[in-house]
This record gives sequence, C-alpha cells and structure tokens, in this order.
Amino acid sequence: MTIRRRRRREEAFRALCWVAVYLPLALLALLLAHALVEGLPRLGSAFVSDFPSASPERAGILPAIAGSLYVLSLAGVIAVPLGVGAAIYLEEYAPARWSHLVEMNLAQLAGLPSVLYGLLGLGVFVHVMGMGTTAISGALTLAMLVLPLVITTTREALRDVPGASREAALALGATRWETVRQVVLPVAWPRITTGVVQALARALGETAPLIMVGALAYVSFLPDGMSSPYTVLPVQIFHWVTRDGFVPNAAAGVLVLLSATLALNVLAVLLRQRLERVEAERQEVLP
Amino acid sequence: MKATTDASASHDEPVVVLPPSAPLTASARGTGERLIEALLTSCGLLSLAMTAGLILTLLAETIAFFDDVSPGAFFGGFEWAPRLAHQQFGVWPLVTGTLLTTAVAMAIAIPAGLLAAIYLGEFASVTTRRWLKPALQVLAGVPTIVFGYFALVVVTPALQTVMANLSGFNALSAGGVIGIMLIPMIFSLSADAISAVPADLREGALALGADRLTTIFRVLLPAASRGIGASILLALGRALGETMIVAIAAGHQARLTADPTVPIETMTGYMLQVASSGVRAETVEYRTIFAVGALLFAFTLVMNVLAYRLQRRLRQEAVA
Repeated sequence: MTIRRRRRREEAFRALCWVAVYLPLALLALLLAHALVEGLPRLGSAFVSDFPSASPERAGILPAIAGSLYVLSLAGVIAVPLGVGAAIYLEEYAPARWSHLVEMNLAQLAGLPSVLYGLLGLGVFVHVMGMGTTAISGALTLAMLVLPLVITTTREALRDVPGASREAALALGATRWETVRQVVLPVAWPRITTGVVQALARALGETAPLIMVGALAYVSFLPDGMSSPYTVLPVQIFHWVTRDGFVPNAAAGVLVLLSATLALNVLAVLLRQRLERVEAERQEVLP
Repeated sequence: MKATTDASASHDEPVVVLPPSAPLTASARGTGERLIEALLTSCGLLSLAMTAGLILTLLAETIAFFDDVSPGAFFGGFEWAPRLAHQQFGVWPLVTGTLLTTAVAMAIAIPAGLLAAIYLGEFASVTTRRWLKPALQVLAGVPTIVFGYFALVVVTPALQTVMANLSGFNALSAGGVIGIMLIPMIFSLSADAISAVPADLREGALALGADRLTTIFRVLLPAASRGIGASILLALGRALGETMIVAIAAGHQARLTADPTVPIETMTGYMLQVASSGVRAETVEYRTIFAVGALLFAFTLVMNVLAYRLQRRLRQEAVA
C-alpha cells in the first residue's frame, strides 16, 4: 500500500471519528432547539402557576412542580442519612470481607433498571405495607433509587481523606466516632454534598419508578401531606407527550425539567467550591 | 474500648491501639460508641436488605403467577394478550420487542461510542480533550423522559420523511434514541480503557512500521478490549431496562417481529402500561408485571455481573 493511500485511509477514519463525536452533540442541540421552539410560547408565568386543564392553552404545571419538590425533599431526607451512615460504616467500621460483598451488591443495585425499583415500591410500599399510591410511597421508592448513588459517592469522599488524619486523631485518644465526626467528615463533607445534590438531580428526572407506584396523570391540587396523591414533573410530561394537542405543553415541561436539572447540577458545583473554602479557612484557623 | 483493630485492618494500615482513658468516661463513651456503631451497621445492611426485598418480592409474585399460568404457556407461548377475553401469556413477543430496541440501540451506541473514544485518545487536540468529556456527560445527564419526547416528536417524523412506511410508533426511533443516550456511557469507559494502554505498546507498534490505523485496530483496541467489553455490557443492561423511551415511542402492541418499523411492546413498556392503568393487587394481570419484571431482572443481572467481573479483573491488573 502506498503512503498516500494509507494517508487517505487515515484521514477518512479520522473524519468518521469526528462525526461520531459531534453527531450526538448536534442531536442534543437539535433536541434543545426543538423544545425551545415548541415550548417557549407556552412557557410563561401562567404555565408554572396554573393547574392542569383539559385545554392545552390553560394547562399549567404547578402541581407537578410542587409534587417534584415535595417528593424529592422527602426522598432526600430519607436517603441521605441512611446513605451517608452506610458509607461511614463500610469505610470506617466494616471488616474488608464485608465491604467486598456490599460493594458487589451496590454495583448490581446501581445497574438495576429504575423500573424495577418501581416494581419493588409497588409490591412493598404500595401493597404489602398498605401505603397506597401516595407521596410517601413515591418518596420511599426514589430514596431506594438514590441510596446506592449516595453510598458510592460518600465512600469515595471518605476514601480521599488521608489515613494519617485518622491515625493522628486516634493517637490523641479520640474514639472512633469522634474521629469520624470531627476529623473525617468535615474534610469529606464538600464532596458528599456534591454527590447528594447530583443524586437528587438524577432522581428529579426519574419517571418510570414513580409511574409504577402510582404518580397520577391529572392532579388539580397541591400535595398536602405524606398520604396525598401527587404527580411529578416528568410524569406530567409523559402524559402530555402522549396526548393530542398537548405537545407544546410537553415541550414547555421539558424546558422546565431541563432547567431544574441543570440548576441542581450547577448548585452541586457551587456548593462544593464554597464548602471547600469554608473548610480550608477552618483548618487555617485551627492550628 | 476494644473496637479499634478491625477499622484499621479494613484500610490495610498499621493497627492503632488507643491508650486507656479514665474508667468512668470510658464506659460512658463506650456505650455511645456502641450505639453509633450499631446504627451505622444497620445502615450498612440496608443495601443488602433492598436486594433481598427485591428478589423476595419478585419471587413471591412470580410464584403466585405460575399458580395461575403454567410456565410452559409463559416461556413457550408466542402470543401475549393478558387483557383479551381469550388470555394469552406467551412472553416471547415482549422479549423480542426488548431485544429489537436493544439491538438497534447497540448498533448505534457501540460504533459511535468507540469511534468517539478513539477520537479522544488518538486525534483530539488538548483543548478538545478538556471539554469533550464534560460535554458528553451533559448528554448522559438528560432525563430519559426528555429522550422519549425527542424520539416521538422529532426523530419519528424526521425518519418518516425518508421512510414512507414507518409507523408512528416503532422500534427504530425508540432504539435509535436509546443508542444516542448510551453513547456517553460506552465513550467514557472505553476512553478510560484506551488511555490506560501503556505508551510502550503504541510506540512499539509505530516503531515496527505500523501505520496509525493498524496501531489502533491491532494494538490499542485489543489491549483495551476488557474495558471496552465492560462498557458494552453495562450499556446492554441499560438498553434492556430502558423504559420511558420505549413506552413513549415504540408503541404498545406486543408482537413477534424483527421489523423495526412497526409498533411493538417491550417488557418494560408492558410493565409501565399496566401499572399506569391502575391495576388491582392479587389479580393475574398484577402478577404478570412481576413475572415479566423477574425476567428483566435476570437479563440485566447477567449483564451487570459480567461487567462487574471484567472491571474487577481490570482493576486487579492495574494494581499488579
């Protein structure tokens, strides 16, 4: 093969690789543009402050926003202490043999389709425990879904704390918990917070598990307690996208959902930067 | 105050023994310590309890399902119509529906993800390298409901302009969009695997006179094959279990076909449809979704276990 032919083949392959990189990004841009063109006219203050309606022009998304906020906060309140606690146990207390077993289990849970978490929630919370299709069933289901994520990111954060800090604390006579609370957690906290907010950002977009545990299609009131029926943003979008004449509403809903997801991810980064600065200042003051 | 040894053991660090404190504080502290350790232990057991709960729930309802429907009818039947008067419980149409969307998705995600990973490792400039990964991560963070919207409202109409016989609901757009969604997953893990190939190998190949393409296909990709394999298995697990995209864009007609242009139904799509129509517990229809769910669980478990083992072997090799 001549050098020139090799060159040409290499150039062609390089162009192919280039397409593989930019095509998905172009499609993402197309998706955004389409949602903007379809959804922006519908997106106004009335849209985010109105209740659903049979006529697309008047249908708003307020109950879905309130439901998402409510269910997500509940899920966070449940999953964060449990997840952080589990991670502390695995990193700071558990024997190595245990850690391997749990690690394998966590990898499996993280790879489980989210619809199966919905099935578990449907079987256990909705029916066996008799909670019905209420906000608390949805929150518990979401909490299970984010738990592996919270545990994994918290473990990574704890693992990054130098072992010498722990040994120094123990050598000074601190108990194990004192070491964790006063030495390890303050250093790991910025990363844990970031991980938690990112996990919640993912939970915000989860649709299938909440449909499985009975998030409703049409809710004309705001959730007023744990046993209230509810809907959430992505479920509302799902019902609009499959309904004639409601595609602009679905597009506007997509814009709201994407903005909220983006906002949470930005918040995660900002929080981390701020907390790291605070912790750095604290450490400068200490000695 | 005895509980110090195994904490340090789990970190492979020198054993630290605490100096004895005054008796009174020690016992008060000891009780608190034990309480906290018990609390943390129960948190740690929770993830195992979740897995156990999932398996038990699936098993219990699936066993109850097989009281009403024979396993032969479920695994050997080719018609799925649990809602018609003349009920049929052959699961194959749902399985082929799932395999069809998964096949379309992988046909897009594997080549695109791999080519993008090769681009990052071999051709991209330093600046491109810096922003490319985060940019594709944005794609991975988009909720699946948004991709579902995209598949139904944008991709299907666009494809219909070139394929006149494409139905409004079909496996092609649904699978295609799943494929696009999975590109970042294959890209990111494969790029890591390719960048982990020792520079000696690449330089050796070039020194022997191999051109760039030969180096990529004969040296780099084989050396990175385990990481690439793991990324493909993980993506397969995700594609099999993807729900919203197929529920929106693939239709709800269980049918045994390999034609990606007609409406079909996947296992996940069926589960979602039954649950969203508010099915009562203790009915056969309610139990069908657990039987189908158990089958999906088995499929994804195989993929995830294989991927996990590949990744663990990789990590061990990296350490060695």
